[in-house]
Amino acid sequence: MSLDDFVVQLWRLLTLQDYNTRIVLLGASVFGAVAGLTGTFLLLRKRSLLGDTLSHATLPGVAAAFLVASAVGWSGKSLPLLMIGAGLSGVAGIGLVLLIRHYSYIKDDAALALVLSVFFGFGVALITAIQQLPGGNAAGLDHFIYGKTASMTATDAWFILAAAFGCGLGCFLLFKEFTLLCFDEHFAGASGWPVRLLDVVLMGLVVIITIVGLQAVGLLLVVAMLIIPPAAARFWSERLAPTAIIATAFGFVSSLVGVTASALFPRLPAGAVIVLAGAFFFGVSLIFGTRRGLFFRMLEQRSARERLQREHLLRAIYECSETKGELAAGMPVPTADLMLKRPWTHRELAREIESTAKRGLVVSGDGQAVALTNRGLAEARRLVRNHRLWEIYLLTYADVAASQVDRDADRIEHALDPRLVDELEDILDRERKSGFVPRDPHHDLEVKS
Amino acid sequence: MSWTEIDTWIVVTGVLISMACALPGLFLLLNKQSMLGDAISHAVLPGIAIAFLVSGSRDVFPMVLGAAIAGLFTAVLTQVIHERGRVDAGAAMGVVFCSLFALGLVLIRMASDKVDLDPSCVLYGALETAVIDVGPVPGIAIHSGVMLAVNLVLVLVFYKELKVAAFDPALATTLGINASLMRQALTVMTSITAVIAFESVGSILVIAMLIVPPATAMLISRRLSVVLLWSLVAAGASVILGHLSAITIVPWTIGKLTGTANMGAVSSAGMMAAAAGMLFLVVLAVTKAVSRRSTGHEAASTQAVTG
Repeated sequence: MSLDDFVVQLWRLLTLQDYNTRIVLLGASVFGAVAGLTGTFLLLRKRSLLGDTLSHATLPGVAAAFLVASAVGWSGKSLPLLMIGAGLSGVAGIGLVLLIRHYSYIKDDAALALVLSVFFGFGVALITAIQQLPGGNAAGLDHFIYGKTASMTATDAWFILAAAFGCGLGCFLLFKEFTLLCFDEHFAGASGWPVRLLDVVLMGLVVIITIVGLQAVGLLLVVAMLIIPPAAARFWSERLAPTAIIATAFGFVSSLVGVTASALFPRLPAGAVIVLAGAFFFGVSLIFGTRRGLFFRMLEQRSARERLQREHLLRAIYECSETKGELAAGMPVPTADLMLKRPWTHRELAREIESTAKRGLVVSGDGQAVALTNRGLAEARRLVRNHRLWEIYLLTYADVAASQVDRDADRIEHALDPRLVDELEDILDRERKSGFVPRDPHHDLEVKS
Repeated sequence: MSWTEIDTWIVVTGVLISMACALPGLFLLLNKQSMLGDAISHAVLPGIAIAFLVSGSRDVFPMVLGAAIAGLFTAVLTQVIHERGRVDAGAAMGVVFCSLFALGLVLIRMASDKVDLDPSCVLYGALETAVIDVGPVPGIAIHSGVMLAVNLVLVLVFYKELKVAAFDPALATTLGINASLMRQALTVMTSITAVIAFESVGSILVIAMLIVPPATAMLISRRLSVVLLWSLVAAGASVILGHLSAITIVPWTIGKLTGTANMGAVSSAGMMAAAAGMLFLVVLAVTKAVSRRSTGHEAASTQAVTG
């Protein structure tokens, strides 16, 4: 294909000029969107793999429905009938998982794997029987495994639209209930919500998604679209509503990209390309996601580490000047004294002083001494105050030995929030003058001993 | 339906390969990694496809190598996404194996120019056609037998290590056994067994042979050595029952139901999985009935699991 042809084809696709393209794009992308939405709840219930078992377990139902229809003389290809068969055997499979879990020592994951493989095996056996039926009309059943995304019909698309509308509405209306179910099942139960019923409704939505998806996009894709977009969306938000919206968008866009790519390169199986598009979004989210992405978490950890180091330096300078009784901004403290304060090397200390000086908190004097600026002094005062308040709290209320409190306080001082500091002040009933720095409890200790 | 030499070879191959699967499968089950078997059986597909593309043939060795690498890759990637990305373990596994399987399907489509490779053959296996082979003994029967022997030797040699790593990873560490290394070794063993089993039972049915016979055996005993033996028995019995029903009762019933005369045999691999499931349910029902009647129920159920 020349580049011109390629561009022309892409343009035809994107402008939706072909009726067939419109159907496929619409069906696949709406399916992707609603699977992403429903999958979000499945993910948060930690039941993602249940979707896998469910979709495999539908196969014997499809085959059995076909056989029964043929036996009574109907057309085995009646789509609603096949879907009812799929739904029934899918539900039976899930029921069996629950039964095994309840009646044996077999663990949850083993029960899922067991039902999945046994149902699928039986389904395959039935399909090989159907292939021998006269008339050779069993060809359509293959679509339930691989899907027939590229040759989706208008009927399939309508089924998907109807199911998507139903599931979308269900998720919207029951959003609050599902949220409660996902995050605090026991609280939901204690508050009088019908937890069992909600669980059944959620599973019902997943069953509906699965059976409309099977025929149109195939077994593999159904599972993938229930799992991958929500898992990718989790990296971008810690809140449920945005996560659900992002998952919906990921599902939608992966399907669009997949269908477009497979239309341009007809040799590529559309279902698989959609999954790979989803996997691409997952990979990008894993690394660059703003909430849990690896890159942002790394940056966050680095900035927290830097802050910690800076605060150590400020407190060390403050305490050195305090011992000498020369507490004021601009008062130089020899670096040799600072070296005794913490187990840092000369290089570490020098680097720390340099980076803190850049922030305008200290001024460095020729590498031999360092002094706090006005801002640095205020910041150091706040830190030392937090540190000592916490030490005093530990001494007074937690009964920690005086020789131990320094290290504990050292860990917590960076994390104390202003509200807790206020509370500590109240509890300790000290002078409430803002900015007051308590005396060093170690000093009292030395005096006593 | 008459029994032919082909039926004999189907059963022999099936028994060998399902026993070979049951050995690593039992330890997957004990490690609560059953779905990893499912994941691996999907995820080795790209490994096999790449081996095809690179070697341009259907030789066993490149396939085994590709599968082992893909299997290990699946386990490690799942672990990384679960731990570093803080994704739920099940979902992490789902993401990895769905993506790899999709990649495998695309690669197979691309490879189909070079080598004759049918995705549905990899999925369902072709036990019935594969045993029709030149020579006195079909190739896949030999491969399955070798696989069983290798797995048996590995399990017997590393019995103690596998057991401790499965039941008490912390104890394993204090005894100087690297539990995570044992798990990874188990992953590789499972992947290689899976790819050998592809030839006979197909990728998706491998999971049945990995999990169902050991699960059945777990219902019978709580002692590891006894469970190991029963797993092998259950695996063998599933295969024999499965093949018998595939050539007799199932086609007969479906033939009657649809009014089709001369309904031929259905997929043996499929019925073997189904038979394994039926066997599990029967054993579950029987053990429940027995334990309800037995007075020593409490003692039996609280007895510690030991080997």
